[in-house]
This record gives sequence, structure tokens and C-alpha cells, in this order.
Amino acid sequence: MSTALTPRDGAGVRRGAGLPKWSLWAVAAGSVALAVGIGLVAGLTSHVQWGLIAALLFVLGTYGVAARAEGRRQAKDRVATALVWVAFLLAVVPLVSLVWTTVSRGVKVLDGYFLSHSMGLVADSEPGGGIYHAILGSLEQVGLATAIGAPIGVLTAIYLVEYGRGRLALAVTFFVDVMTGIPSIVAGLFILSLMLILDLQPFGFAGSLALAILMMPVVVRSTEEMLKLVPNELREASLALGIPKWRTILKVVLPTSLGGITTGVMLAVARIAGETAPVLLLVFGNPFINANPFEGAQASLPLYIYQQYAQSAGAGAAYDRAWAASLTLIAFVMILNLVARGIARWKAPKTGR
Amino acid sequence: MAKRIDVSGLTAFYGAHKAIEDISMTVEPRSVTAFIGPSGCGKSTFLRTLNRMHEVTPGGRVEGKVLLDDEDLYGSGVDPVSVRREVGMVFQRPNPFPTMSIFENVAAGLRLNGGYRKSELDDVVEKSLRGANLWNEVKDRLNKPGSGLSGGQQQRLCIARAIAVEPRVLLMDEPCSALDPISTLAIEDLIGELKERFTIVIVTHNMQQAARVSDRTAFFNLAGVGQPGRLVEIDDTERIFSNPSVQATEDYISGRFG
Ligand SMILES: Nc1ncnc2c1ncn2[C@@H]1O[C@H](COP(=O)(O)OP(=O)(O)O)[C@@H](O)[C@H]1O
Ligand SMILES: [Mg+2]
Repeated sequence: MSTALTPRDGAGVRRGAGLPKWSLWAVAAGSVALAVGIGLVAGLTSHVQWGLIAALLFVLGTYGVAARAEGRRQAKDRVATALVWVAFLLAVVPLVSLVWTTVSRGVKVLDGYFLSHSMGLVADSEPGGGIYHAILGSLEQVGLATAIGAPIGVLTAIYLVEYGRGRLALAVTFFVDVMTGIPSIVAGLFILSLMLILDLQPFGFAGSLALAILMMPVVVRSTEEMLKLVPNELREASLALGIPKWRTILKVVLPTSLGGITTGVMLAVARIAGETAPVLLLVFGNPFINANPFEGAQASLPLYIYQQYAQSAGAGAAYDRAWAASLTLIAFVMILNLVARGIARWKAPKTGR
Repeated sequence: MAKRIDVSGLTAFYGAHKAIEDISMTVEPRSVTAFIGPSGCGKSTFLRTLNRMHEVTPGGRVEGKVLLDDEDLYGSGVDPVSVRREVGMVFQRPNPFPTMSIFENVAAGLRLNGGYRKSELDDVVEKSLRGANLWNEVKDRLNKPGSGLSGGQQQRLCIARAIAVEPRVLLMDEPCSALDPISTLAIEDLIGELKERFTIVIVTHNMQQAARVSDRTAFFNLAGVGQPGRLVEIDDTERIFSNPSVQATEDYISGRFG
């Protein structure tokens, strides 16, 4: 970057000799070493403090080195870059640490047997058992919730963006906002009250209904944003060909925004896949395999994690199973996200010559 | 077959704002009519009333009559969708459908309207692309996305897309203003060929273009700031550019205002 332009005359563009690439790495290594030194000498036990000292030293060091070698303006530029890097690391560290913890504790009992068997009669304190029943329950509950929530959400967004005018649209927008704020336990209680009125016992589909309520506003919001990104000129081009409005929406607007809509729906799915509270109230949990979401208590992954952890007193077989199930849940959500990205890329408007 | 347009007493609103007032004119079949005038005088608005695209804008409303041959486009029971099949439109900025290939773009009008035979489609696409002078440039990459073409090619693709549904009239709103001079020339040549088959109305900011391509020219102007736009005069292009009957037209054409 610093060698790309050679100043034609002495004045004007001043790009000092420039710092070689390695110098910033050197500054980084130096600040980490110094931070470790300071931490040891001052007897700081928390590694978080070490990290923060290193980050601070890195930013200051970058400024000092760059100011000396390149001048003040470039030094400010370097500091801004350094700050972005520090922020990036701050954001990534918890993520990596979380994934690392889950993987290292989860792989202990995660194997083919674990994925293909239910808890059955295995007592919580004994090793063995698996999460097949919970995976099955999660897939069915989340699948049904998506089958209800995603179409309603997408259609609502289409109404709001393509047709909505006046009072009704305002009211719908308002209620979507309100729904966004509903805590998951409240959605669960709402369905529970219906179940009590109808005198029903817990079953999977009741959980799906609560999850659908939680999912809908998220889908509406993200779909709305995606539809608004479709240029009006495309709608007009289609209408001007004598194509009716509904076909314009179906064949021009939706395909153009399909990638984004899919991503939004997948993110909403990922969100509800981890919901515990409504499932606890409505689906109840079940150590046996129950493949029928419309009758009888079912298990689900987040609920399984909670119940195993609650039984484990912080160690033992149930504790290991809780971590293995957590790893499975993270993998499940991650795969969904990858699929969504794949679809988004595959369906993105084609550009390039 | 190309059709004649007969406008009488046409006024258009955006909500409460009156954009154009009391416009009457006749456009002959198989002719090119150019609309000129300063920005904001309502040329686009008027053009869009001719295929009922004006009412797509929220608050858009029209009073008056537009006869296509003898049918009133604003008569009760007339479906705006069917009007737009008869009166096609090309926009200022090329806007091919980004998810569709070149072939699909041209076929879009037929496909999305239904009522065509599969075997027809190839012929229609080829004929329309030839009609838009684009066939030779794209015949080897019909399945590539339309957005991969150059700006001028994209605009001709949009013209091909518009003529593929066999409209009677073709409206063009500053079709060259986003294009380079070579592409502009290509489109002007194309307009000369298309007028054999269609009635063409074109809005342009380029006087030379109006003089080159059109048979008749209409000059629009604002009566004053905040006033609605009006048709000042419409006449044979030659007369408008040599000896207009209204002083304002001459001032505008000779660059004294606007
Ligand atoms: N979508 C719209 N909503 C409200 N007013 C508009 C809209 N489009 C155009 N107008 C108004 O209508 C008048 C005519 O605009 P337009 O037809 O675009 O003029 P031209 O094409 O001659 O430049 C202008 O006063 C403009 O502000
Ligand atoms: Mg205009």
C-alpha cells in the first residue's frame, strides 16, 4: 500500500518510508510479551486483564511506532485499524472460547450410539443413553413451527411492503413490533392457557405453536427488509409488460429477494431451535422416543440439556450428556446457517459478465 | 397493428398535487412523437398516464380521456393490466430482471402472462432480439444473466422485452440518458426501424435526438413555479425546430431557458 504510489514531486503526497508489514506483528508480539510481564510482576491472576493490557499496549505501540516512522496522520490511520482489530478479537474470543468448551466437553460421549438411542430406562446418574428422542422431538417441533410461522411471516411481510396502506398496515406493523418483544415464556403460557381450557395434556405440536409465535415477527421483519431492497424499477418493468401485480410479486420480487428471505427464515429457525421455556411448559419432556408430535409428551434438545444438567450436580454422566447434546444443538444450528448461506449464494441475483 | 392515441383534457395528480393539467393531443399510428421540456414539467407523468402506470404510484390519480383507437383506457371496466399489454414501456435506466437470463428476460412478458405455446417461445425471443438489434451480440449467450450486458445492450434488451409481447404503442422515457453516444446512436437507429410497426412516444432531454428521430414534437412547460405542467404546443418536428408558433418554444430550443 505504501509503495504503490510514488510521489512525483517532493511536496504534496507524502507517504513516508512506510512501515514494513512485519513491524506491526512485532508490535503485537511485543505488547503481548510486555503484558504477560506486567501481569506476572503485578500478580494479576485474571487472564482477561492480561489481554486488555496487551490490547492497550498494542494500540499505543502502533501509534508510537507509526508516528515516528510515518507521521501523525498515518499514525492515526494505523490506530483506527488497530482498534478495529482489537474490537474484532474481543468479539471473537468469547465465541471461540464457547465453541472450544462445548466441543472439548461434548465429544466425550458424542458418538453414533449417543445419536441413535433414547434415554429409555437409563437413570440420570448412570452412563449410557442418548439423544435420539430429543433430536427427533426438536426436528418435529421446529419443523412444524417453521411450517406455520415462516409462510405466515413471509405473507405478512409481502402484505406490508407490497399492498399495505393506511390504518390496517399500521396496526399490523404495531402488532409485529409488540410480538417481537414477547418473552418466550409468555408465549408458552399463552398456549398453556389454551391447553388448560381445552383440557389437553402436553404434546409436541403445542410447543410448535408457541415457537411459531416467537418466529413470526422475526421472519416478518427480515423479509420486509429484503423486499424493500428490491428496486421499484423491477416492479414497474414487470407491471409495464402487462403482468398482474400478484404474478409480479411471485415471479419477479420474490425470486430477486429469495436469498435474503431464506437467510432470515433460517436465522429465525436457529433462534427457536434453542428455546427451552415454552417447550418445558408445553411439551414437558420424555425419556422415551415419541415420534408423534400430536399426542403425548416429547423431548427436545434444549429441554434435554436443561434436564440433564439439572440432574447432574455439575459432574457425572448426565453432565457429559448435557454437553454432548449442546454440541449437537450448536452443530444443528450451524448446519442450518450453512444451508441458508448456500441457498442465498445460489439464488443471489446473477451478476458478472 | 399500431394504434392511434387520442388524449383529451387530461389532468394528473399525485395526491393533492396537480402535476399536469388539461393536456390534449393526438399521436398518429406508426409515427415517432418526442416530448421535450424542462425537468419537472410532467413529461414522465404524462407518458405514464398513457399506459396507466401513473396509478401505480401511491396517490396517483387521473382525470380526462385517453383513447387508443376508439377505446377509452380509463373507461369503467377497463383492466389496467390489459392496457399495459397494448402499451409497452421502456424506462430511463435499463432494468433487466436480475434473476433471469437474457432469454428469460425477453420471454418474461409471455411466460408470466401465460397463454403461449412452448414452441413459439424460441421464435418470439429471436424475433424480438433481432427487432432490438441485439440478436447478433447475444445469440451465443442467451442463458447468461441479462445484468452482464453493457448499459446500451441492457437497454436494447429491455426494448426487446417490451416488444416481445407485441404492444401497439411503445413509450420510452429518456431511454438514452444513461447511455454513451454510441449506444445512443444504436437506439436511435432502432427507433427508426421500430416505427414501422409501433406507435412510438419518446421523452428526451436531447434536442438533437428529438430532431433526429421524431416526426412530431410536443413542448411541455410549467406555467410557473408550483403550477402544473402544460402542453405548450405540438407540431411537426421540422416546424417546431425551425419556426415554432409559440415564443417559449423557441426560447427553450435555442437554449435561452430550461
Ligand atoms: N412519485 C411522485 N410523487 C409525487 N410527486 C411526483 C412524483 N413524481 C413526480 N412528481 C411531481 O410531478 C411533477 C412532474 O414530474 P415528472 O413527470 O417527473 O417531470 P419530468 O419527467 O418532465 O421531469 C413534478 O413536480 C414532480 O415533483
Ligand atoms: Mg422524467
